[in-house]
Parts: sequence; structure tokens; C-alpha cells
Amino acid sequence: MKKAFAGIALGGLLALSGSLHAAEYVIDKEGQHAFINFKISHLGYSWLYGRFNDFDGTFTWDADKPEDSQVNVTIDTASVDSNHAERDKHLRSDDFLNVSAHPEATFKSTAVEMTGENTAKISGDLTLNGVTNPVVLDARLLGQGEDPWGGYRAGFEGSTKLTLKDYDIQMDLGPASQEVELILSVEGIRQ
Amino acid sequence: MLIRNTSTRYGVVAISLHWLVALVVIGLAILGLWMTDLTYYSPYYRTAPFWHKSIGLTFAAVLALRLIWRMFNRRPSHLPNHKRWETRLAGLVHGLLYVLLAVIVVSGYLISTARGDGISVFGWFEVPALLTGLTSQADRAGFVHYWVAITVLSLAGLHALGALKHHFIDRDDTLRRMLGLRPHNTKES
Repeated sequence: MKKAFAGIALGGLLALSGSLHAAEYVIDKEGQHAFINFKISHLGYSWLYGRFNDFDGTFTWDADKPEDSQVNVTIDTASVDSNHAERDKHLRSDDFLNVSAHPEATFKSTAVEMTGENTAKISGDLTLNGVTNPVVLDARLLGQGEDPWGGYRAGFEGSTKLTLKDYDIQMDLGPASQEVELILSVEGIRQ
Repeated sequence: MLIRNTSTRYGVVAISLHWLVALVVIGLAILGLWMTDLTYYSPYYRTAPFWHKSIGLTFAAVLALRLIWRMFNRRPSHLPNHKRWETRLAGLVHGLLYVLLAVIVVSGYLISTARGDGISVFGWFEVPALLTGLTSQADRAGFVHYWVAITVLSLAGLHALGALKHHFIDRDDTLRRMLGLRPHNTKES
């Protein structure tokens, strides 16, 4: 009874705020439960992993209407980090990300298509090095629920492969390293 | 052959250090410009920076030695035909070259050590990182390293032009002194 009342009250509140079907989540940057990683082959012999340390974003998600979900992420490209000072400097230069001219990379979803109970294809526009291309993230809802501190969280991971040349990245790393895999692994806190 | 400087001549140590520094500075500049433009599959992609850094850090020691030698040696007096503005300008350029060379060494060191990694010197030993994690350290140090190097090359060019002017136009002993040649004052004719 108490629960039903709370449900009605909550429903009314959500209706007032106009977001009955799409709860908004902010990526947990403060608690650092979000990662934007990439991996690229080194000579075809091993994986090189790197990440972007600074980014921000939101997503909307409703289990009942997953197709209405949206994702928006903005990345500070100068925060690229592959754990090697000289390489990171090179990655920031105009051989790669050209961060002084293009300090931000963005991903904005355009459509979400559920492919299973917890899996989806998130289509969107990725802007990197000043070039915008459509991409599709293969995404998975990793889990959701109440956290121990009174909030509600949901976590996703999605990845896509990018061809460096498509983003006007000049450096040629060889035949095995034409593509980089971008992996977004984020936890959002419901607002 | 003189080891130390006298009131009229440079000793062999000062002369050797001068030309060694000139050779190394020009060599490192060419190596630096060349290596930052190599393709990833160049066989020198990894060795060229290794040599640049090893020679650069060794150069720091040479530069220190040169400054110490300069401090504990008398400097040959100015040639009598040199005008006051000439000796002043030369002194200014010399001082500036020393300062800027030190800035190049320090900024180069700060690029490679930005994340706390040391720098190997010819594989013999490693110079540890002392100052790391400053905001955009590698990028800022790289900017300084490049532009101060360009400035030093320009100043060195000016310095060389001055020496050539003294040699071919004034026909005095300025350049001969730094080459260790016997002074032959042609002013009397």
C-alpha cells in the first residue's frame, strides 16, 4: 500500500517534470565509474590500449521504451593517455588528433535499436579531429539498480571500430593498424 | 700548444669545447628535425630519438664543463680594433647562447620525463625524472625546445657572420684566435 502510494507520487512527479518515459542519467565522472578506452594493434603483434581521461556526458534510458534512449558524450581530446609521455605528445599533435585545432570529440546518438534483452545497436554521429561520420556502437546494458547511497544507476558498454583515415588522421601506423576500436564503458546516475 | 687561455690567445681546451659545442648543436638540430618526421616503419624511428636524447644529455655535461672552464680561465682581451658596440653585442650574443642552450637541454629533458620515465644515456645509465606531471608538460616543453632551438641556430648564424666579417672584411685575428692559428696582425700595412 505504502509502495503503491509512493509509486503514484513518483509518477506524478515525473509527469510534472515531463520525463515519464525517459529517465535522464549523468555519467558518473565525479566518482570515476566511466571509461573511454581505445585499442589499436601494434604492428599486428599486440594491442595498445589508451584512454581519454576527461569527458562528460548524459544518456536517457527507460527499460520500457529503450528505442527512445539517447546518448551524448563530449571528450576532451587533449586528455588522451597511453601511459607514455612522448607517444601522448605525438597523439595530440597534428599527426593524430590535432588537439589544438580540435579540442573536443563528440558522440551524439541518432537511433537505438534493441537487438536482444540487454543488447542494442546505438547509431550516432561521431566527431573526431573535426570530421563527423556516422557510427554504430554495439552496446550492452551491463546492469542497473539502486546503489547503496540512495541513488539509482545503470551501466552500459559499447564499442565500435573506426578507420583512422576516415577521421583525417595523417600518421600511417602500418597495415595492421588502420583501425582503432573505441570502447565506451559508462555508469550513469539517474537524476 | 697552450692548454689554458692567455691574455692574447685561447688555449686548446677552450677552442676544442667551442667547436665541439658548435658541431653537436648543429648535429642535434638536424637529427631532431629529421627524426620527428620519420614514418613509423623507418628503421630509425626508435634509434634516432635514443641517440638524440643520449647525445643531448651528454651535451649538458659538456656545456657545464665549458662554463666551468670559462670561469676558471682568463679571457683573452678584446682585439684593439674592435669597437665598443661590437664587443658589447658579441658579449650579449655569447651570454644569450649559453642561456638558451641550457634552456634547450632542460626543455628537452622535460618532454621525455613528463610522465616520470627516466632517460637512458647510450644505454649506460639512466637520468631520472625530477619534475613531472606539470600541466601539458610535454607539449609546452616541446614548444620551448623547438622554438629556442630555432632561435639558437639563428643567433649562431649571426655569431658566425660576425666572425666571417672580422676575418674577411676587417681582416683581423678574431676567427684565427678561435681556430688556434698564430695571430698575424695585418693592420700595420
